[in-house]
Amino acid sequence: MNNKGVDKSKRQFLTSALTVVGAVGSGYLAVPFLAQMQPSVKAMAAGAPVEVDISKMETGQLIRVAWRGKPVWVLNRTPEVLETLKTLDAELRDPLSNDSEQPGSSKNQVRSQKPDIFVAVGLCTHLGCSPTFRPEVAPVDLGEKWKGGFFCPCHGSWFDLAGRVYRGVPAPTNLEIPPYRYASETRIIIGEAAEEKNA
Amino acid sequence: MKPTRLSECGNWVLERFPITKFWNDHMAHYYAPKNFNIWYFFGSLALLVLVNQIITGILLTMNYKPDAKLAFDSVEYIMRDVPWGWLVRYMHSTGASAFFIVIYLHMFRALIYGSFKHPRELIWIFGMLLFVALMAEAFMGYLLPWGQMSFWGAQVIISLFSAIPVIGDDLSLWIRGDYVIADATLNRFFAFHVIAVPLVLVMLVFMHLVALHEVGSNNPDGIEIKASKDPWGHPVDGIPFHPYYTVKDLVGVGVFLVFFATVIFYMPEVGGYFLEHANFIPADPMKTPEHIAPVWYFTPFYSILRAIPDKFAGVIGMGGSIVVLFLMPWLDRCKVKSIRYRGGIFKKALFLFVVSFLALGYLGTQPVTPIATTMARLFTAIYFGFFLLMPIYTRWEKTKPVPRRLTKLQTLEEQLHAIEEQLPAFIEEITEIKPTTAEIGDAAFRATFFNRRPNPKGIAHVLSRLAVKLKGSLD
Repeated sequence: MNNKGVDKSKRQFLTSALTVVGAVGSGYLAVPFLAQMQPSVKAMAAGAPVEVDISKMETGQLIRVAWRGKPVWVLNRTPEVLETLKTLDAELRDPLSNDSEQPGSSKNQVRSQKPDIFVAVGLCTHLGCSPTFRPEVAPVDLGEKWKGGFFCPCHGSWFDLAGRVYRGVPAPTNLEIPPYRYASETRIIIGEAAEEKNA
Repeated sequence: MKPTRLSECGNWVLERFPITKFWNDHMAHYYAPKNFNIWYFFGSLALLVLVNQIITGILLTMNYKPDAKLAFDSVEYIMRDVPWGWLVRYMHSTGASAFFIVIYLHMFRALIYGSFKHPRELIWIFGMLLFVALMAEAFMGYLLPWGQMSFWGAQVIISLFSAIPVIGDDLSLWIRGDYVIADATLNRFFAFHVIAVPLVLVMLVFMHLVALHEVGSNNPDGIEIKASKDPWGHPVDGIPFHPYYTVKDLVGVGVFLVFFATVIFYMPEVGGYFLEHANFIPADPMKTPEHIAPVWYFTPFYSILRAIPDKFAGVIGMGGSIVVLFLMPWLDRCKVKSIRYRGGIFKKALFLFVVSFLALGYLGTQPVTPIATTMARLFTAIYFGFFLLMPIYTRWEKTKPVPRRLTKLQTLEEQLHAIEEQLPAFIEEITEIKPTTAEIGDAAFRATFFNRRPNPKGIAHVLSRLAVKLKGSLD
């Protein structure tokens, strides 16, 4: 046997080639392993629209409905609340909702299609807790500056009654408004987009 | 001696599997410094708690159902209907908190005696990886009872990932396996909690110990015992781990179990700190509890998250508070390891760090108020200041001379004896004898009594001496 003429570069090539093939193979195998943790087809299909009857709602009342497993609020705002909303712009981070998530039909100062009926996903845009509904003005625990709104108990974010976030709190954007449309004067379908009007 | 059949059987095994060699390398001939003190109990206690968690965890999986519809009820079933189920569950839930108590003390030991420094950087890194894996294990285990805190705690923590720019939303969706915390999330957390993370933990413990036994244990004096060896090559200041430290650790185990059993049998919820009250209500995706707080062992980091008024910066701050711990071996530029010989500035900085860590932990359990937020911001600044300014203040530290050999401390007996000797003089100093004259019976009979009364001057002297001594110990 000839021990002198060991071709090391050939061995090196074979080793490298095998490593590359192995790495590519592992990469291919990783795709199904990682992808199987994505939401299943069943989970993706579970987003059916929800119908809400608002005929029995009193002014100032808030109701919660479940849509895609999330809480959705429907709030019947009083005229006083709508007046207050106009005065808050200076204290808000995004008063005109330029950086927030909502359908075009709700991109206005009161963030709704009809001014009195407010629909929003009840999850804080910070870390997803459900803020509490605190319509009263200047309660003891929240202080003089509180004009009524939603308060997140987890990390102390403030939102007004149009779901707009205040400055200097952890939440980055206004509350998300889901797509919704009026099936009639008293019935709202949450999860179906309203016809976009060019206002 | 004629070989017996038993010893022949033993030899047959040993020729094929070197168990005696393993025992000698890591126990009987592993030399540990002879001056280990109370801080050195927590490593072996962590191992004990790990075993407790594995055994009780296996028993719990026999009755627990990882299903969003059944999980909460199956935990109540374990508590009420399974024979001794309550004991197994309380051992597991108390064990989780005990694990963090033990680990925090173990880490603090490393900080004061410089056990993270050259040549033990990798032991520290493996230990920090263990800490992170332990946090993941505890977090995922906390979802399994499917109570209100389980649900909303997981909602908050998984939402942390959504703060990462670009990939954040897809990443948190991938972790949840659904658009909200749901059955899919519970199922995968069960898989991670029961098999994936425990395997990682055991592997890391193995690496932690291999690295430790390679370089040898540090000690309260922070000097290398391998520097002075006897003619047989053993460190003169070392003693074999077995039997000396196995026996010593058994005492620690006994004391630990007294506390552990007290909690399990008399106060398993520890006033809502070990098991939070809101978690006795089944998970409700429609309503967040009025006051949500993580379990106590996460609250310092949670406080840092809350203190920063920006979503992404908050997440970075929280992650950074753990990442800086990994960097300890390189942040600390002082060559002296033990706090016994380190300069005053380090002692003061460490004191401030401990205070801010505890304060952040307390604030994290409390609701958000403007004052609490200001306090949390202050303590967050101190927390990071301790680490990030360390390369500066440790460089100019005025250290004391480090001895070449281990020092001998007074034993408890000697300390008691010293106190006994000083006691009469001490009492003499803080008290004075005052004569009082009183009339007994009729006015004609007077008697003088000598009463011992506290002496304000003497007490002031003692207090000022104590203050000077305290200040001296911080220099």
